[in-house]
Amino acid sequence: MAMLKHPEKIIFEYSRPKRGAYGQWPTEEGTPNAVASDIPENLRRRKAPLLPEVSELEVVRHFTKLSQLNFSIDTHFYPLGSCTMKYNPKACNQYAMLPGFLNRHPLAPESTGQGFLACMYELQEMLKEVTGMQGVALSPMAGAHGEFAGVAMIRAYHRARGDLARNEIIVPVAAHGTNPATATMCGCVVKEIPVNDDGDIDVEALRAAVGPNTAGIMLTNPSTCGVFERRIREVAKIVHDAGGLLYYDGANLNAILGKVRPGDMGFDVIHMNLHKTFSTPHGGGGPGAGAVGVGARLLPFMPIPVVGKEGDKYRWLAEKDLPQSIGRLSAFMGNAGVLLRAYIYMRMLGREGMHRVGEFATLNANYLMARLARAGFDPAYPGRRASHEFIITAKRQARDLGVSAMDIAKRLLDYGFHAPTTYFPLLVPECLLIEPTETESKEALDGFIDAMVAILKEAEAQADLVTSAPHTMTVRRLDDVRAARQLDLTWKPAAA
Amino acid sequence: MPFIPHTPDDVAQMLEAIGAKKVEDLFDEIPKDLRIESLAGIPDALNEMQIGRLMSARAAQDGTPLNFIGAGAYEHHIPSAVWAVTTRGEFYSAYTPYQAEASQGTLQLIYEYQTMISSLTGMEVSNASMYDGGSAVAEAALMAIRAHRKSRSQRVLVPTTLHPNYRRTAVATTGGQGVRFEEVACPKGVLSVADLAKYQGEDIAALVIQQPNFFGVLEDVDALTDWAHANNIMVIASVNPTSLGILKPPGEWGAKGADIACGDCQPLGVPLSSGGPYAGFLTTRMEFVRQMPGRIVGRTVDTNGKQGFALTLQAREQHIRRGKATSNICTNQGLLVTAATIYLSLIGPEGLARVANECHRNTQELVGALTRVKGVKLAFEKPRFHEAVLLLDRPVAPVLAELARRGIVGGFDLSNDYPELGNALLVCATETRTAADIKAYADALAETLKAAVRAA
Repeated sequence: MAMLKHPEKIIFEYSRPKRGAYGQWPTEEGTPNAVASDIPENLRRRKAPLLPEVSELEVVRHFTKLSQLNFSIDTHFYPLGSCTMKYNPKACNQYAMLPGFLNRHPLAPESTGQGFLACMYELQEMLKEVTGMQGVALSPMAGAHGEFAGVAMIRAYHRARGDLARNEIIVPVAAHGTNPATATMCGCVVKEIPVNDDGDIDVEALRAAVGPNTAGIMLTNPSTCGVFERRIREVAKIVHDAGGLLYYDGANLNAILGKVRPGDMGFDVIHMNLHKTFSTPHGGGGPGAGAVGVGARLLPFMPIPVVGKEGDKYRWLAEKDLPQSIGRLSAFMGNAGVLLRAYIYMRMLGREGMHRVGEFATLNANYLMARLARAGFDPAYPGRRASHEFIITAKRQARDLGVSAMDIAKRLLDYGFHAPTTYFPLLVPECLLIEPTETESKEALDGFIDAMVAILKEAEAQADLVTSAPHTMTVRRLDDVRAARQLDLTWKPAAA
Repeated sequence: MPFIPHTPDDVAQMLEAIGAKKVEDLFDEIPKDLRIESLAGIPDALNEMQIGRLMSARAAQDGTPLNFIGAGAYEHHIPSAVWAVTTRGEFYSAYTPYQAEASQGTLQLIYEYQTMISSLTGMEVSNASMYDGGSAVAEAALMAIRAHRKSRSQRVLVPTTLHPNYRRTAVATTGGQGVRFEEVACPKGVLSVADLAKYQGEDIAALVIQQPNFFGVLEDVDALTDWAHANNIMVIASVNPTSLGILKPPGEWGAKGADIACGDCQPLGVPLSSGGPYAGFLTTRMEFVRQMPGRIVGRTVDTNGKQGFALTLQAREQHIRRGKATSNICTNQGLLVTAATIYLSLIGPEGLARVANECHRNTQELVGALTRVKGVKLAFEKPRFHEAVLLLDRPVAPVLAELARRGIVGGFDLSNDYPELGNALLVCATETRTAADIKAYADALAETLKAAVRAA
């Protein structure tokens, strides 16, 4: 899809006094609109808020135009590593937005929510099956929120045993930033351990790091280096022998779906990014859903509410049912509508479909890696299989041609491909983390390879074309320093 | 294969390029004994026709009862344009706008949202959303503790007039860091300066004030804010955005205004949907911007000097600062911010005031109609907005169960969270309830209470 080249005005610039989408008002324009006399004067608003006064068509056109300034899965190949930008089936949205689901109040009696609760209960059961865990709680609203629930449960477990000294969380240097940030939020101390040259964590460093203060370890497997942690059994034994628990960051679950399960690897607690593996939309930054799964030891500590089944009736399990729970993490029960979308997706995949996710995600990643290596790019871990993603390091291009990973990423936009994840994980220089997902065709992958080859040629012949990219977007590279130094965070009407 | 486009020929060519014989070989680094062969607990696949049938049946099973619960989630009119535009693939299936040049639409929308929600709350800056109104209170408390210049206290005062689930969420979210929420009892349905007297002169980081409070009663926000500031305590406002169409924004509370405002965007175009996804909002004054959690969008220029938008102040965030970030939040509730921004654009300043006035008027009519029923009276004779507590002459739960059988969701039973209030029921009527709806509820309640008397 061609990008819209001209910028779009700020919505307030369309605003005119006495214009509005009057058909949306509950009372007619021109009729009285005084605040009721029983609301005290000193509690009333004196000055109207700065909201635009625009027609319905202006609103629709403005926001439609804004949407056209975005890349998205529906319009572009989006090989963003660690983000699993797979197709979001339209059926998941359509059937989650049926009136019976949309109009249900979260505090309405359970008798008026048996259809919804049945979906949630079955979702819990399916997630238990694919992860090999004993219990699942659905309320965390994002990956980091699930991480919080997981580490809080680890803390609660140790505390319930009177094991109060355990406040250290071990994290590999390649971990997502949310891992150490979560450990801090839970009141833990973060201990980082290095990663070997082959992408596996340094097991000797782990052995030296564990001790009587170890609460647990947070791991992503396959790791953010795009490789499977081969000594996972040994890692689990070291941590368990030291009295710690294992946390599985489910960001990369797509790689192994239907192939191997975190519960079988020895993990005690896991979060799943339903907005990655189970294809709920990313929505331009959210909402996600970060359901957590637990082994037997952590069952009493799950965040509430959880859906229970008694006979053929479903009901919420809350404080009375799970008195040791880490508590409530949301006002109601998390991102229910997102959970419905994940449920629909899982039912549409079915048993065989689950296995295929891991298989074809891995096939696509290994194909891309092999072809790019042959075309002159350097995989960061050349001796290893790719998982569902892999890293290309542009260290050589940066040194020899003066073209960085960021330059390549920006130039890809001109070719109509969203950029891979750049500069993460931090331990690989000039890092491009590439994740194609299983829903992309061979032709889409070949198109991406052609663009990468063309960019490499440009870098050799005319590097400034790459280093000054993008050239075809609405805007060129943005001045981030100015954005942070001269803060302009809200629109202000021009002084009259 | 659903959602997988590969032909057998594609697979063969791809394996050849990789140098593998079969797809299975690509998993040869995973220890054999860890591999699973089958997922017996997953049912067979359903095609779209079959899943459509199943979901339609499940949704129909839940029906569409007439709803009179608010309690933090409100059934408002949602213009068709809100979700028609929000679910466009370019918003719906886009990622977080880290690649600014390819995400100008989302970024500009967030900038417009920040403008609207800042003005609505009377503040200077906003982030790009929190998870919900409950998590926003938790993050606001942590932020106040970080931002407080004269105190290192981790004590936060929360009146019992704050939503009970917001209190629970805040406690569960911040307990690990040693934050102590101290509940201030409010037996009269409002928080008064007298209730706070015992904290006078103590070292406390913040006070949370909900307006309108959980009971729908209006708090004397000016006096409370001034008391807190006089005692060196920061003020966190938890507010309903619809109410701000007519109620004084937190930025104007008392002499100096609240320090942080937060709440839930749900009333702004987001369906009830069993509790989510909603979006928390969090706004503050410019002086505290570097202590804010979550993403923030700024307007800047590109290399040609042309206007553009980018995520900014990212050094606060987990992907840069890791263990020292202001919060662990990464994914937020972006799509709901999209819906709220479109809603606010359609409804406009006068429309929002009209919605607020109409909700208030309907709730007053509802209170009038229900308190005319024998055995029902009003709990707090105080100024309120859009929600009220009623007292029944018998336990609430069986009454609500009978009303549900009659297709009416009659309110939220307060007896678990506020046993001291007795048989208390929280009711709400937004602008979507008609006079006929209100009459239907009043009639059903009268019949239910009468029948129960007969049965007794």
